[in-house]
Amino acid sequence: MATFKDFRNQVKPNWCPGCGDFSVQAAIQRAAANVGLEPDDLAVVSGIGCSGRISGYINAYGFHGIHGRSLPIAQGVKMANRDLTVIASGGDGDGFAIGMGHTIHAMRRNIDVTYIVMDNQIYGLTKGQTSPTSAEGFKTKSTPSGSIESSLSIMELALSSGCGFVAQSFSTDLKDLVAIIELGIQHKGFSLINVFSPCVTFNKVNTYDWFKQNLVSLNDIEGYDPTNRMLAMQTLMEHDGLVKGLIYHNPTRPSYQESVRGYSAEALSKQNLALPEEKFTELMAEFM
Amino acid sequence: MIEQLSWKVGGQQGEGIESTGEIFAIALNRMGYYLYGYRHFSSRIKGGHTNNKIRVSTNEVRSVSDDLDMLIAFDQETIDVNAHELHSGGIIIGDAKFKPVKPEGCKAELVIIPFSEIATELGTSLMKNMVAIGATSAALGVDTATYQAVVEEIFGRKGEKVVTSNMEAIQRGADAFVQSAGNSVQTLSLKKADGKNRMFMIGNDAIALGALAGGARLMAAYPITPASEIMEYLIKKLPEFGGTVIQTEDEIAAATMAIGSNYAGVRTLTASAGPGLSLMMEAIGLSGITETPLVIVDTQRGGPSTGLPTKQEQSDLLAMIYGTHGEIPKIVIAPSTVEEAFYDAIEAFNLAEEYQCPVILLSDLQLSLGKQTVEPLDYHKIKIRRGKLNDQELPEREDKAYFKRFEVTDDGVSNRVIPGTKNGVFHVTGVEHDETGKPSEVPENRKDQMEKRLRKISNLSFPVPIYKREEHEESDVLLIGFNSTRGSIEEAIPRLEEDGFKVNHAQIRLVHPFPSDELLPMLKAAKKVVVVEHNATGQLASLVKMNAGHGDKIESLLKYDGNPFLPGDIHQQCKEMLANGHI
Repeated sequence: MATFKDFRNQVKPNWCPGCGDFSVQAAIQRAAANVGLEPDDLAVVSGIGCSGRISGYINAYGFHGIHGRSLPIAQGVKMANRDLTVIASGGDGDGFAIGMGHTIHAMRRNIDVTYIVMDNQIYGLTKGQTSPTSAEGFKTKSTPSGSIESSLSIMELALSSGCGFVAQSFSTDLKDLVAIIELGIQHKGFSLINVFSPCVTFNKVNTYDWFKQNLVSLNDIEGYDPTNRMLAMQTLMEHDGLVKGLIYHNPTRPSYQESVRGYSAEALSKQNLALPEEKFTELMAEFM
Repeated sequence: MIEQLSWKVGGQQGEGIESTGEIFAIALNRMGYYLYGYRHFSSRIKGGHTNNKIRVSTNEVRSVSDDLDMLIAFDQETIDVNAHELHSGGIIIGDAKFKPVKPEGCKAELVIIPFSEIATELGTSLMKNMVAIGATSAALGVDTATYQAVVEEIFGRKGEKVVTSNMEAIQRGADAFVQSAGNSVQTLSLKKADGKNRMFMIGNDAIALGALAGGARLMAAYPITPASEIMEYLIKKLPEFGGTVIQTEDEIAAATMAIGSNYAGVRTLTASAGPGLSLMMEAIGLSGITETPLVIVDTQRGGPSTGLPTKQEQSDLLAMIYGTHGEIPKIVIAPSTVEEAFYDAIEAFNLAEEYQCPVILLSDLQLSLGKQTVEPLDYHKIKIRRGKLNDQELPEREDKAYFKRFEVTDDGVSNRVIPGTKNGVFHVTGVEHDETGKPSEVPENRKDQMEKRLRKISNLSFPVPIYKREEHEESDVLLIGFNSTRGSIEEAIPRLEEDGFKVNHAQIRLVHPFPSDELLPMLKAAKKVVVVEHNATGQLASLVKMNAGHGDKIESLLKYDGNPFLPGDIHQQCKEMLANGHI
């Protein structure tokens, strides 16, 4: 059986020292091993940005796509081979700006993909511009007088988009993060895990210390019930989205693959493509 | 006795004009006639003039006819807009309800029949279409019983009574025609057809059927005119084969999802028209650099922007060849008939996997939506070729070394494994990469990978890159076209030959990489070359000049008003061009 070490490759990440993404990478590797995957069973599809490089740092089938499109690529992979475990990942700009349309529709569609977003509230690879999760007033190279757009409440959005697995975590809480990713992989449907992953180079506001001071663990909220969507929404609003843990889980909603009429139980990629002659004759006759 | 008939039914959109033509055409197709139907419609659901022009012949026809023998009108606008197409001896049959008036100078006979009134008497005015079909049949000497089977298929679900009253409507229409026209109108008696059963389909049906036969099991698409029929057919059929169609949020998702599933080993297509293709451009580049097979159907329509969404045009050609930033290997195929559309769709999937690159199957609105009689397709010509795809387990890896998915090879094509393959782990990226898919900016590597990719299509083999009619060793004029102009060009040729010109014809089937060597002898043997295309800037002509030279002989015959070329357009304009010697 594979261990987390089997999910390491020999590539040295090009992230800045201290970047939150290192722990996210480690967490994915541990979670993959913990749920019993082999490197050949896993596909990691990523977008563009610092975090998008993650598909190249995990010993598994990796696909580093184009900016904002990790989700459609990942959904295509899963539909082609339902036996694979598919993880999509990228940053807040990738998933919530250029790729936002796909994020909402992936949640509605509910194909079994685990989407891990490394949210640092800034554009790092382009050297420091505002992102959709940047707070109002946040000063960056593109918002020298402070951002005047409101910050996205991505977890609330996930709840309203029908996402059946909504979680948020913090990159330094490795144990919790691993556990959340395991649950996300095991959830049969689309799962969104937003991970606060600080950018030590360009974001001097949302630092490790800032998150430690501001994030509230759902474990500490008495009576919190992640199957209660209304409570989840209320809790998010009360804490301005700054909570960590499993926010909402609905294990009963069938995934897209389970719902599609006629969808092959065997991985489509393993199918014989030949069309029997009788079938072809029948198809032609429909046009006669 | 006539061997060919041109018939048109017109009215307001949403009045059942399309189904009137459909029922008429299916019945005649089953009698063994060759049909060609072309719809004039607008981008709206209800209202606005629409018509369905159908050609019936005892020989194969692939174009809209120049004139009209019979016009069925449900409103005065239909007469006003279309009467000029009627020749003397033609017939207009109009619904008494709108008090039809013949325009001044129109030499056709006008027969007035109370379509709506008869239909209402029988239960619902909706059946006025059936009354019109009956009147048509009487005028053509076609037995009304011919429609029984078609009417049963269409209305059978609604019960016996509906079938009976529709058949009665047809009969009443026929009787009314005989009564009204009596001996005053010369009927257009159609020569008997051979009675053979052939297919009757639009180009999009053929593309969709070809995709299915070619092994496509998934499709990701966003609805658009004139491509939607492809997804609509496949969503009905793919579940029988374990697959499905995913309607995506936009065309960017459609193309990238198709890339994802092709990467994971399933033949997947997407189909769209100009606006969608514009959105897919970045994804096409991703397919190119990651060497992921991808099949995209582009059903061209009037551009730019939303342009003329329901009208014929061929203005995407250069965008399809050159579109995406950067340089990638790409194959662009342009079938010129419905049959070719079927076989080319299969071939598109084969080429995409063999050359591991994007393949664009180019169609145009006339080919995609023109409905025509098609000889049965040949099952034995369906072949699946997957190129260098390895579906076997690989030997254990040493030191977690990645599979060399992008290995530099002589032909540029590398061995391919799909995710899930034991010991086949590799990385894919849209960033320039080394042989294992690891990002690399090393100049030597960049050069090697770039050249490897581009070299893949340098020796592309495509069965028939040009459809040729090469009757003359030396021609006065060589006509060149692509996609659906084939039918009109073919019909214009005998007329030009009758005028004394020696005409050769080349319909370009593989537009990229351009088959220069195949075309050159024909160019050399021609005194003049006329490139016939539906755009304003002569895109195919530019392509010919750029790839094969002979620019001094080449002139363009262009049409970009939204309507398809009629054989007469090509004949007359070519004749003038040749007579004036201005080419």
